[in-house]
Amino acid sequence: MSKYQVNEKGYYGNFGGAYIPEMLYPNVEELRQQYLTIMQRPDFRAEFNQLLKDYVGRPSPLYLARRLSERYKANVFLKREDLNHTGAHKINNTIGQILLAERLGKKRIIAETGAGQHGVATATVCALKGLECVVYMGAVDIERQAPNVARMKMMGAEVVAANSGSKTLKDATNEALRDWINNPVDTHYIIGSVVGPHPYPDMVARFQSVISEETKRQLLEQTGRENPDFAIACVGGGSNAIGMFYHFLDEPTVRLVAVEAAGLGVESGESAATTALGREGVLHGSRSILMQTADGQVVEPYSISAGLDYPGIGPQHAWLYTSGRAQYSSITDDEAMKAGLLLTRLEGIIPAIESAHALAQLEKMTFRKDDNVVVCLSGRGDKDLDNYMKYFGF
Amino acid sequence: MNRINSLFAAKGNKRILSIYFTAGYPTLDSTLDIAEALEQSGADFLEIGFPYSDPVADGPVIQHSSEVALKNGMTLALLFDQLKVLRQRVTIPVLLMGYVNPVLQYGIERFCRDCRAAGVDGVIVPDLPMDEYETHYRDIFQENGLSNIFLVTPQTTEVRIRKIDQLSTGFIYLLSSSATTGKNLTVSESTDAYFARIQRMELTNPVVIGFGISDRQAFVRATDFADGAIVGSAFVRLLGEVDYLEKIPEFIRQLKP
Repeated sequence: MSKYQVNEKGYYGNFGGAYIPEMLYPNVEELRQQYLTIMQRPDFRAEFNQLLKDYVGRPSPLYLARRLSERYKANVFLKREDLNHTGAHKINNTIGQILLAERLGKKRIIAETGAGQHGVATATVCALKGLECVVYMGAVDIERQAPNVARMKMMGAEVVAANSGSKTLKDATNEALRDWINNPVDTHYIIGSVVGPHPYPDMVARFQSVISEETKRQLLEQTGRENPDFAIACVGGGSNAIGMFYHFLDEPTVRLVAVEAAGLGVESGESAATTALGREGVLHGSRSILMQTADGQVVEPYSISAGLDYPGIGPQHAWLYTSGRAQYSSITDDEAMKAGLLLTRLEGIIPAIESAHALAQLEKMTFRKDDNVVVCLSGRGDKDLDNYMKYFGF
Repeated sequence: MNRINSLFAAKGNKRILSIYFTAGYPTLDSTLDIAEALEQSGADFLEIGFPYSDPVADGPVIQHSSEVALKNGMTLALLFDQLKVLRQRVTIPVLLMGYVNPVLQYGIERFCRDCRAAGVDGVIVPDLPMDEYETHYRDIFQENGLSNIFLVTPQTTEVRIRKIDQLSTGFIYLLSSSATTGKNLTVSESTDAYFARIQRMELTNPVVIGFGISDRQAFVRATDFADGAIVGSAFVRLLGEVDYLEKIPEFIRQLKP
């Protein structure tokens, strides 16, 4: 067993566990006992793979970006998760979890969402399976992400405003957990990232691991080497990054780079750079690194990218960070927006602002000319057009 | 034997009433005045909540009180400062209730020592898992004479309830249903059957029912099956009214037969 994967107690080093009130214990325990068994069943494997191929459109291309490569003097590959159905990597996880929920006999699905990408991916699979769907979304986010709210509603989901706390992603997650407490029997909670109590971080990581599984195969075909020299991905909770890193964790020659959102600057007071600003703590059911006050109250993060402004990171990331296996850096709003526009102009691809953070990291690195560098292009930028237009004054 | 054990030993099965309220709500320094008024009005023991930014087990009323308390500036350090004179003003058992992260940041040993110094008898931390408690925290709690209170819900298995009974040293906190705080208990055959099922288990610890107990009818119903019951949100709602201190005696009189 890899030292970077979860142990039998649900921990990654000191991080992880299941810090949940007793009301959630039966559901989480049921999941813990069954997720691996169900995921290994032939009927599950077959349906999961078929849906990823025919419905999501996998494998997603691994694209050698020629003009970007010239600029950074290395072979820069983009893992095109933006080309998935619904426009991001999020659907890999929701497909997996809906099949699991179905096999657990659950009739009702709940989810949290920040920018709305995970909410849309959840509403999508619920429509696909004809299951009731309730998505919690911060009241503030509902205001600023109207198109995604409309998409969810069109697919038949009920979107419930989270009006507690700061009315954003962390509060939407609290509301989803409260719903689960109040509906202990027939409901499955589809968490959108590698966060939450064990087994969620491991389960979501396994569903997202298809990203690096395909990357390995595609790199081998295209370059004759299956391992890249660098794998770069952005981190909010960290699900696309874990997916990108998963099959390289035990390949020491692969340098893993996780990019957090620095917002207006790490020291500005308006940032979401969790490893730089956080300390060990417990939020949403797991022990990880958390942005908090000295008194242990969770701090509201900021980033121009709604998908990255979460005050924690998944427990596996906390372990990859403290163990030194992966490097964690951060990118400001300005750097990300420039990188987003640069990719658009050089390659004709408009990236999600989340993914633009990973692209901006290229500016800060030096490569040898035959280095293979893979950047996870986790989502497309359609949802961010308003932000791009406003920022650049188009 | 701490005050909690003495209370249950002395009173037997006599409808013990516990009241929950949030420290620092409605004002930063209201904690001890409320505690004193509750004792004088006839509450049998108290649960003082320390606020957390993300209280996932709580409904809107207690969430709101936590938000206000945090805005008022309440912290664990400040609460322990206020509690230095607790035992000059209050004699009934007092428990602290809150979420695990503020405790971890304060330091678990320091937290337990300060509880003991203040005369706190027990702690309820809903998101501290039983295994973690058993492996890492049980000794520190016991060294400081603190009872750690576990929750039981209608979905908790018998095997797990037996384990909880074994680890408990004060009482068992039985939830009237799987719910967040502040949802009124709907009296039904199934809740009666669940309360009766727990009663038949003849647990070694006393059982106190909480969540959804808001009036005399629910209090009596719950204490037909259990040693006591806890009122939280309904009391916290009262604290939002004007002249709340003067209204406490009447509130308790309405609850207790």
